[in-house]
Amino acid sequence: MAYSFPEEVLEHVFSFLSSDRDRNAVSLVCKSWYDIERWCRRRIFVGNCYAVSPEIVIRRFPELRAVEMKGKPHFADFNLVPEGWGAYAYPWIAAMEEAYPFLEEIKLKRMVVTDESLELISKSYKSFKVLVLTSCEGFTTDGLASIAANCRHLRELDLRESEVEDLSGHWLSHFPDSCTSLVSLNMSCLGSEVSFCALERLVARSPNLRTLRLNRAVPLERLANLIRRAPQLVELGTGAYSAEIRSDTFSNLADAFSACKQLKALSGFWDVVPSYLPAMYSVCSGITSLNLSYAAIPSSDLVKLISQCQNLQRLWVLDYIEDSGLDALAASCKDLQELRVFPSDPFGAEPNVSLTEQGLVSVSEGCPKLESVLYFCRQMSNAALIAIAKNRPNFIRFRLCIIDPQAPDYLTLEPLDAGFGAIVEKCKELRRLSMTGLLTDRVFKYIGSHAKKLEMLSIAFAGDSDLGLHHVLSGCDSLRKLEIRDCPFGDKALLANAAKLETMRSLWMSSCSVSFGACKLLAQKMPRLNVEVIDERGPPDSRPEGCSVERAYVYRTVASRQRLDMPDFVWTHDEDSSLRYS
Amino acid sequence: MEGYSRKDEGCCQFLDLVTKEKEEEVHARISAFSEEKKLELSLAPPGQDWTTKNPSRFAQNPWKSSHFLHLESQPCSSRAAPDLKIPEKKTFTPANLAVPNNSAQKRTAPAVVGWPPIRSFRKNLASAGSSKFAVEDKTPESKAKENCAKTMFVKINMDGIPIGRKVDLIAYDSYEKLSFAVDELFGGLLAAQGDQGKAMRGLLDGNRGYTLVYEDNEGDRMLVGDVPWHMFLSTVKRLRVLKSSELPTLSHGGDKQSKHMASTPPN
Repeated sequence: MAYSFPEEVLEHVFSFLSSDRDRNAVSLVCKSWYDIERWCRRRIFVGNCYAVSPEIVIRRFPELRAVEMKGKPHFADFNLVPEGWGAYAYPWIAAMEEAYPFLEEIKLKRMVVTDESLELISKSYKSFKVLVLTSCEGFTTDGLASIAANCRHLRELDLRESEVEDLSGHWLSHFPDSCTSLVSLNMSCLGSEVSFCALERLVARSPNLRTLRLNRAVPLERLANLIRRAPQLVELGTGAYSAEIRSDTFSNLADAFSACKQLKALSGFWDVVPSYLPAMYSVCSGITSLNLSYAAIPSSDLVKLISQCQNLQRLWVLDYIEDSGLDALAASCKDLQELRVFPSDPFGAEPNVSLTEQGLVSVSEGCPKLESVLYFCRQMSNAALIAIAKNRPNFIRFRLCIIDPQAPDYLTLEPLDAGFGAIVEKCKELRRLSMTGLLTDRVFKYIGSHAKKLEMLSIAFAGDSDLGLHHVLSGCDSLRKLEIRDCPFGDKALLANAAKLETMRSLWMSSCSVSFGACKLLAQKMPRLNVEVIDERGPPDSRPEGCSVERAYVYRTVASRQRLDMPDFVWTHDEDSSLRYS
Repeated sequence: MEGYSRKDEGCCQFLDLVTKEKEEEVHARISAFSEEKKLELSLAPPGQDWTTKNPSRFAQNPWKSSHFLHLESQPCSSRAAPDLKIPEKKTFTPANLAVPNNSAQKRTAPAVVGWPPIRSFRKNLASAGSSKFAVEDKTPESKAKENCAKTMFVKINMDGIPIGRKVDLIAYDSYEKLSFAVDELFGGLLAAQGDQGKAMRGLLDGNRGYTLVYEDNEGDRMLVGDVPWHMFLSTVKRLRVLKSSELPTLSHGGDKQSKHMASTPPN
């Protein structure tokens, strides 16, 4: 049976497919669909930059316009990946320069980006529009200056949470007067002061500006003028939110805010002086996203602010909100979907605020749409977790961090197995889970049996034996990313589930009981898995065979397993000699 | 193939483990585990009060010692922390079990790398005191308390070495210790590159080949050693090891620079 849609028709049909999954599915139907699809794919997402090489990507997709990529594993955020491990953007940028002259978007996460890369980007693409660098590092404000100066049609420059070597604020002044295309500017991670005049002029000549996230160095007195020049803003990140208490500053600010009829998201708020918070009240009813995670505001002021924001969908806040504030949140914000509570004093021996498991229970009771939680606290009980699970079976992301990583149920002193068991049993759509507390192999049995849609699991200081890891690897059908630290999991579970690892993006295990011998074996058996042994104590074979490696990072790849940028503390399988790791 | 049969063997043995495991055994293991948890294990000789030791140096893995009692014996028991230099590696033997100290149990878990899992820009907020309420009185004691973070990683780069490192300043309590650590960190790399490793000694006196400088929270480049250690901790943002021949090019804060160059470092 032959059907004969002309290629152009198929291409047109495919152009309506935006999701990667759909496009990947389409490309598997037959050879001709594969070919047509690859020529018309414009956007690509690479979840692990080492899973594939630039050459392979370029060969398959010759007409890309947007590339999104992730580098280091998530635990790099907590200093568990040594400096110099890898995830360099330059080889990709250099390879794409020739292949994609019409490239418009580059989005990178946890990658090392140098000034050379930024300069190359700024000079290579005539219609470059979007640069998003999330949690990246390796560049300075000089690199930003190149982007500002050379990208004539720049729409987005977003440096979220990147570590930038801040040489000066002059980079901003490199935006030419002719640049009027800015839609989004996020410089919140930078330290230096930029020229306020340059900033005001830039904002004034950008009629499409929707997102402006300032850095801490922009004082409150300057905020009103900036906002006035951009009443169409949808997302605003303030600078330091403090000034001497003066009525003219206040009324100036309040007026400016009241002109912003489209404002939906607020962030920034370093050094908050609570008296200035009411200046924002006029926009609160429209606010759906509020990030107060840098703001030291007592619970009472937080409650006053939050109770104005009845349409709030996302709240990030410090634990100064306390249980009482969370009660108020549960009462006022019925549309709440995401809550993150960060610790104000993570290293203190004693609690400094009255925030307990009760706050989370209240919110789970009062907010029917709550589906995503990140909660730092100092005590938890099985009863609370069971109640939360019953209240809120619609959780998609549940991340709990108890400051003492092996804290038992504080009421019964038992492990928290039953509590987390209830979470995975009731929340059938759960995609992401992070656990802490005293946890035995039993909780992993529950996870393996119930968490069928779980895609990402983070475990620390938990479990008793390999059985725990085995339950997870053999039971969690949708698992893509597994990150483990300081757990007694080792060789047996790993080797027994070797095939599973190829169905996942990656597995990270640090300070566990994985031996070098098992790593070698795994790499030999599974040619499409790269088994990286990351160990700063010197060559792994200089220690006894049974000795545990510091870190093992295992990921599937179709690229070479001997990446050229490996530092001297990483060992992988040597393809030439299957017996020797080099 | 040699590897193939080994894997099968491992597989069969493990599956045996799974099927033979009985509930009682599981429970026995769990209760044994929680019993062992109550013992505070340390690398110190028995009887020594472990609370007086610097927690971040020695107790990297609170669960680790009980785990060793649990599984088959591991010949290798010491684990050097990535950023700290532990002078000697002590092997774990049962004789090292220390009797629990009651007050020790009230404390939170000792400082562990990467715990709690928060990004460094959130940690630094707390230690710099910016997340304290604006209305609070900033007495000197409260400022000192604000510097009680258990780790404080800052980046350190060195001229001529492309890859930077990170050091945990809380691990040192004086400039001397910091200088020694930086020495160790880069000395090896320099030797590998063929430079004179010996020129690293005496980073603080500026007479040798290299000098240690830092960037403070105002973006100025300063000579390390001029201010009291505590004050240094609260303002330092990153470190750099410069070739001494490049010192005159310290550009930021000209007046500051000449003032610092002229003064002699304390201790």
